[in-house]
Amino acid sequence: MISKVSHMCVYVLNQESAYDFYVNKLGFKVHTDAPMGEGARWLTVTPPDQPELEITLFLVAEGAMFDSATAGAMRELIKKGTFGAAVFTCKDIMATYEELSAKGVVFKKPPTKEFYGYEALFMDDSGNWFSLGQYES
Amino acid sequence: MEQYEKIDLYRRIVRAKLFIDTHYATDIDLENIAGQAHFSKFHFVRLFKSAYGKTPNNYLIKVRMDHARLLLASGHSVLETCMMVGFDSPTSFAGTFKKLAGQTPSAYQRAAREKRDAVKLEPLRFVPNCFAETHGWIK
Repeated sequence: MISKVSHMCVYVLNQESAYDFYVNKLGFKVHTDAPMGEGARWLTVTPPDQPELEITLFLVAEGAMFDSATAGAMRELIKKGTFGAAVFTCKDIMATYEELSAKGVVFKKPPTKEFYGYEALFMDDSGNWFSLGQYES
Repeated sequence: MEQYEKIDLYRRIVRAKLFIDTHYATDIDLENIAGQAHFSKFHFVRLFKSAYGKTPNNYLIKVRMDHARLLLASGHSVLETCMMVGFDSPTSFAGTFKKLAGQTPSAYQRAAREKRDAVKLEPLRFVPNCFAETHGWIK
């Protein structure tokens, strides 16, 4: 039986700036950063309290997976903010919001009261957006 | 509490936290940080713990240990790492590290070196097959 999620995939436009965003701004830990030859890179990060959940920062590039037209279309869709990649949670959304804002993270929606607690929305450096929640116990 | 006051409170706590993040290797006076943030020490500790789940002192220790892991993994000696993260005593550093990481600094460093070598020699071991195929790294 399936037991858990081990990897999830976030499509990014540049792995170097994605590294800076997820590691230096969001505070995620590097799990694996492996050069794969010919400029390719396998880069995964983990949320601070989930060291076994690898988030693959998957570069959109022409190659085995994307032909040129598809890669171009993917890049445009990501830049437009089409994809919501995940929901993150935090202990204190106001403190997290203030800190991430101070570090230059762009929020589409500030912390807002919802029926389950609070929600904010932010974008990564490529254009992917994420929900950030503080759930009331 | 007025919305503005609440936001101001959070900004002061976040500034203190970011100060700890940046100056963790120095001899930080947490009372001084509380004062600079215009809080009494008691109020500062209470608000900080409410926001971050740890007292400022425990958060400082956590930050030091996080940096210690990175330094050990990148090849710095245990003694160098101890000094670079703001500990005076290697014994105190090793004890704190073991308590939080569940293993000694040397054991952690060994495991980190083994992983680093494995990633270098056989990177595909760390890549699920579907991703390796979609990247064209295996046929």
